[in-house]
Amino acid sequence: MKNLLKNKFVISAAILIVAGMIYTGCENVKESVSGDASSHVYVAPGSYDEFYAFMSGGFSGQLAVYGLPSGRLFRTISVFSQNPEKGYGYSEETKPMLMTSYGFVPWDDAHHPELSMTDGVPDGRYIFINGNNTPRIAKIDLKEFETTEIIEIPNSAGNHGSPFVTENTEYIVAATRFSIPIPNKDVAISSYKENFKGTISFIKLDKESGKMSLAFQILVPGFNYDLAHAGKGPSHGWAFFTCYNSEQANTLLEINASKNDKDFVAAVNWQLAEKFIAEGKYTTMKSRYFHNYMDESEQTAKSEEMTEVKVLNPENLPGLIYYLPTPKSPHGVDVDPSGEYIVAGGKLASLLPVHSFSRFLKAVEEKKFDGAINNIPILQYDAVIAGEVKNPGLGPLHTEFDGQGYAYTSAFISSEIVKWKIGTWEVVDRIPTYYSIGHLSIPGGDSKKPFGKYVIALNKITKDRYLPTGPELTQSAQLIDISGEKMKLLLDFPTVGEPHYAQALPADMLVKNSKKFYKIEDNKNRYVTKSEKDARVERSGNVVHVYLTAIRSHFAPDNIEGIRTGDDVYFHVTNLEQDWDIPHGFAVKGANNSELLVMPGETRTLHWKAKDEGIVPFYCTDFCSALHQEMSGYIRVSSANSNVPVTFGTGN
Amino acid sequence: MEKPVFRFKVLQIITLFIFISSILFIVGCGEDKNQYDSEGNSNQNAGKSTEANESGLTDFELKNGIGPIKEIIELSAIDAALVKKGEEIFNSKCAACHKLDERYVGPAQGDLLQRRSPEYIMNMMLNPEEMYKNHPEAKKLFTEYLTPMPNQNLSVEDARAVLEYFRDVNK
Repeated sequence: MKNLLKNKFVISAAILIVAGMIYTGCENVKESVSGDASSHVYVAPGSYDEFYAFMSGGFSGQLAVYGLPSGRLFRTISVFSQNPEKGYGYSEETKPMLMTSYGFVPWDDAHHPELSMTDGVPDGRYIFINGNNTPRIAKIDLKEFETTEIIEIPNSAGNHGSPFVTENTEYIVAATRFSIPIPNKDVAISSYKENFKGTISFIKLDKESGKMSLAFQILVPGFNYDLAHAGKGPSHGWAFFTCYNSEQANTLLEINASKNDKDFVAAVNWQLAEKFIAEGKYTTMKSRYFHNYMDESEQTAKSEEMTEVKVLNPENLPGLIYYLPTPKSPHGVDVDPSGEYIVAGGKLASLLPVHSFSRFLKAVEEKKFDGAINNIPILQYDAVIAGEVKNPGLGPLHTEFDGQGYAYTSAFISSEIVKWKIGTWEVVDRIPTYYSIGHLSIPGGDSKKPFGKYVIALNKITKDRYLPTGPELTQSAQLIDISGEKMKLLLDFPTVGEPHYAQALPADMLVKNSKKFYKIEDNKNRYVTKSEKDARVERSGNVVHVYLTAIRSHFAPDNIEGIRTGDDVYFHVTNLEQDWDIPHGFAVKGANNSELLVMPGETRTLHWKAKDEGIVPFYCTDFCSALHQEMSGYIRVSSANSNVPVTFGTGN
Repeated sequence: MEKPVFRFKVLQIITLFIFISSILFIVGCGEDKNQYDSEGNSNQNAGKSTEANESGLTDFELKNGIGPIKEIIELSAIDAALVKKGEEIFNSKCAACHKLDERYVGPAQGDLLQRRSPEYIMNMMLNPEEMYKNHPEAKKLFTEYLTPMPNQNLSVEDARAVLEYFRDVNK
């Protein structure tokens, strides 16, 4: 009996010890990922994520959409780059979207997604993104997750400081990263100080039509304009732009543009600019740029060539711009939800200055200036500063807000996110990121009412975090829970292209606006075929127009004869379906461009050159039905001088 | 020695039973299919409420389909304007798969009103997914034609117009 008891005791103790060891072991693992991270990021099959993050695809030129907290990629939106998956930039209807004053530019470097806002809060209508290389701003309509407008920015040499919106999306702003002669001309590069200028552009969004137009540009000293944010609340009517290279160096910028102790945040009074424009205090400059938009009823993109722009010169327009001195090559400039604080991260700074908007106004009133550049007053640093965040990490770049009184700043060099309190400026928490974080994003984190809950770290380097894939490794983002006092890392997830910046919205804001299909009655495409009875082939010289319809599971016509070598054939494919989620694809063997993906009720056109005699098949690429494999057809190509007549049909 | 042989026999019997059952089942299915081959018989089948009631449908649904049309609709003299509208809708949204006088991707529609009630026709246009899933007549058509009719998202007014067109061509 005693032995038995003893045994039981020994066994119990052993179980307890082993359990304890397991438990402790788990705790150790948990510490690096914190708590039951997996259950926080698990989204049950068939359920939506809570938020959707729109992440720039960097030099892929696209915009990718991920669910949060799952980190699942579920859509790539074609913006500046051709995308054969959807025929974007290949179909005759979408090619004009990529027209610029440099011709057809099928690529860009997309950096900053920015949601449209109403009363300083994302409204779920549009998301904008900049083309950094060939200066452009694109507008994506969130009804359909498609790019519906692209405007080129003239007199800009790199559209980095863009596209940031004002409180009610009155304007989308754009600042040139590189200064150049304006208008551009052949000069010695060493004549930089004399000849180079920058521009800040204000793109108006029409309230009714939702169309963009270039309202005016402001000619500014030849620095490098980096990032921007518009004011809100009390600072509504102003926009803030960081600039570096106030040294005006034109070579070896990493040394020569890092000499000055302080560069600037330029505060631009855009409501005053509107007044100057209304009073005619502008000059009209000849400037060639393109404005491309998707005509909704014609379902065809149109390119308009624009020829001039209104330019304001702050040298003779006092009050238009003030410079706020900001340490060490500032990069991000972020306005807190109240609109009072303007945070500017210096790439090389060891502290983070926070400017006060009310102090700024007072300093302007009291003329607390410290000189001027080209008649633009420089304010005294001490007169505008609200506070400095000490030890904000090395190389603080960008700041977003949780709406609970805290700010989160990314630090590139020390690879971390630093949480600090607005008002006391004290750092309250910090968490490492893997590795080299650039931007960070909190849902609604640059608005008046952040949704909070998570911060996404948008990292530049992943090194050992993922399977090695040769010299190039995946890019990645990290999801961090900010609902508690301490930040908790939940998830790493790989991304398409560089996830330069992101903005996120709650799922319900997207669901309520979503379009299900295009009404065939409203399709005013020039080449629409609204009934299978009207499907036909028309020849005019060497150009052949094929008016095709697609419906599960056949094309009409699906047998086409009388095509000759050398013909330019245009397949105008109308999808007659009127149901959600039933696009049809269209692909021709040997096509030198791409396939088409045609939404229900939509018409898209593929150009195809008939080269060789013979039979050429075509088929539906998007698996549409049980008999999708049967959805195909043949084109007969005869010699250039053949007498084979044009005939066509289906099922006969 | 006896016992194993017996067991073997039991196994054989069970196997045989399963085999025969399977054949019966397959044959049963085959017969079913043959029975439904001719679409002209479908109205007679709809009359067999005991068989169809197993699907849990009301008598109204059996006769008139499942969907937004839940009452008998009043039909007066044919309205020429409505016929024209119906013809346009039919040509744009239906004619890719239906002809009036011959079988195409789907059945010929010229004599549709002799086979189906007006309410059934409208419910089939307006709610094809549920009809294929739950209505014995629609299920039969699916096994015959294999391609399910897509939902073309007609409004009730659109469907009514198409019905008027069918009434006109069926005069």
